[in-house]
Amino acid sequence: MSVRRLAEKQPPSFAFTPENLAWAKAQIAKYPEGRQQSAVIPILWRAQAQCGGWLPQKAIEATADLLGMAKIRVLEVATFYTMFNLSPVGRYYVQLCGTTPCMLRGAEDLKKVCRRMIGHEGEVTADGAFSWTEVECLGACVNAPMVQINADYYEDLTPEILTRIINDFSNGRTPKPGPQIDRINSAPIGGPDTLTDPALFATGKAGGEATPALMDDEGKKPGAAANVHESPIPKPPIADATDPRRN
Amino acid sequence: MLADRDRIFKNLYGQHDWGLDGARARGAWDGTKAILEKGRDGLINECKASGQRGRGGAGFPTGLKWSFMPKQVERPHYLVVNADESEPGTCKDREIMRHDPHLLVEGCLIAGAAMAANHCYIYVRGEFIRERERLQAAVDQAYAARLIGKNNSHGWDFDIVVHHGAGAYICGEETALLESLEGKKGQPRLKPPFPANMGLYGCPTTVNNVETIAQVPDIMRRGAAWFAGIGRQNNTGTKLYCISGHVERPCNVEENMGIPLRELIERHAGGVRGGWDNLLAVIPGGSSMPLVPAGPDQADTLLMDFDGCVAKKSALGTAAVIVMDKSADIVKAMARISYFYRHESCGQCTPCREGMGWMWRVLDRMAVGHATKREIDMLWDVSKQIEGHTICAFGDGAAWPVQGLLRHFRPEIEKRIDQYTANPHPNPIALAAE
Repeated sequence: MSVRRLAEKQPPSFAFTPENLAWAKAQIAKYPEGRQQSAVIPILWRAQAQCGGWLPQKAIEATADLLGMAKIRVLEVATFYTMFNLSPVGRYYVQLCGTTPCMLRGAEDLKKVCRRMIGHEGEVTADGAFSWTEVECLGACVNAPMVQINADYYEDLTPEILTRIINDFSNGRTPKPGPQIDRINSAPIGGPDTLTDPALFATGKAGGEATPALMDDEGKKPGAAANVHESPIPKPPIADATDPRRN
Repeated sequence: MLADRDRIFKNLYGQHDWGLDGARARGAWDGTKAILEKGRDGLINECKASGQRGRGGAGFPTGLKWSFMPKQVERPHYLVVNADESEPGTCKDREIMRHDPHLLVEGCLIAGAAMAANHCYIYVRGEFIRERERLQAAVDQAYAARLIGKNNSHGWDFDIVVHHGAGAYICGEETALLESLEGKKGQPRLKPPFPANMGLYGCPTTVNNVETIAQVPDIMRRGAAWFAGIGRQNNTGTKLYCISGHVERPCNVEENMGIPLRELIERHAGGVRGGWDNLLAVIPGGSSMPLVPAGPDQADTLLMDFDGCVAKKSALGTAAVIVMDKSADIVKAMARISYFYRHESCGQCTPCREGMGWMWRVLDRMAVGHATKREIDMLWDVSKQIEGHTICAFGDGAAWPVQGLLRHFRPEIEKRIDQYTANPHPNPIALAAE
């Protein structure tokens, strides 16, 4: 468990923008009648985005009012889930994965880059542009090591590439997310060695709209030929007197 | 090697169109109506016959799980898809959600019909923002094409809501996920009552992993016998393996269950860095599972399926293979895993909340040898006291990797302690309080 407390310096007030309020109402409508509490995480998330990446106390209370929940219940949620930042973060918020698969492939060197270029973990740079923190597994382990900057993953990093990415952001450019080396998503370096059979993808007409083998409005009836097992699992013949199935 | 035509996830690497047209061209949404006409029992029996076991870690037979849902529909039934993929080493569901989302959407419809559920919630982990957007787009496409929704072309009313979390590993535990979905802290519930009786909003609920659900349409379309014909008995079908760590070409790949570890790594991941003999240890199933060291009767002969991993005192888990070569600091790597569990413990049960921090602090000292040999036994003892004494399996999953380390690398820890104590240090050697 991590200890998480509200920031000491808090803004005096918070109100959802009309646009966000309408969005929140639409979220609440997704859940059954009387279960509006289910929308608490999405709405807190939106409040966090409205506040520039962190959750002030007033935003937590406004969410509680909106959902008709006790304030402590929303505060519980806001402090339990680690993606809710309880103190300000940079405009470009670097979350660096430091868990074992990334560590094995050099996440510790990336931490040094962050310390050198951004500063201490959790501190926002003077211009408000950057802050970084080490987080637990972000789920892109075959593209390790990696960081998440705002919504995007930057994968297959080296200290040099991360330096370049941070420089790009500070110069107002947005680098292309995804693998930063010559590689297709999570396929092996050098190109996939599976899924190479062109017959798999031959059903679509080249360049045109692909037609499925069978449209849904002409669905097969149960028992139609294509729906029957092509070959049922063969049963071995009864071999000898010791076979229990004989009786 | 699994033939390309037997692969379910044909757009695993995202080289093709993820949208509805692309998915249809690859065979999705083909004859779904006929599949649904098999009825609840027909679908469940087909799933049972395929031998499919849950792909989320525990390996519970999927058809059996579905059959636990009440026969009479008195309250709404819910299908909840667990897309809170956070197990270190695991990155398979992400590929399904961003590159083949329609398989998941279609699977939800079929699984929903099999358990008489008209509502489905897909709980995506908070960090997967782009993946969630992609999945939502696929759901919207399916609604627009009347494949799902009210009065859809398949004759089973079905609504899908894409929900998300906000960075809590524990929400991958099914009852914690339900708590989170209800808008609370993600703290697991005591079982019984099981979710099939008292799940989401107190109604019958089944929680399945993304990969499990996304495999269902192909199982139904191609038949249970096709799926059952791949792999070994009790360990049928195909599986997405995530190979990370010290290999030449880390990757995700779909292979048959029961593939030997060595073949998997050498054929698809370019082999262990520095050759197979440079292997130190491998974690076959995500960080919660005990490691398997190199050796002729260990990693060399490990078969990657549920029973094959159990034979080596580990478990398949999510089939996230984390490879460590001889350059890896095994104690430090395991200490980092302990740190992960310390960070992610929900704090509900005392053995876990207090024990995780205790184990991490001891392991962190052991990584540099700043410990006493007595503490090795103490660590084993504490891990045994955590295992099985918590509400959910988190405590077990955090204790097993430590036990795996002590089982196989005790001499390494002792060597470090000897080296540390042989040299003068200003700090006295610490000893953990019991």
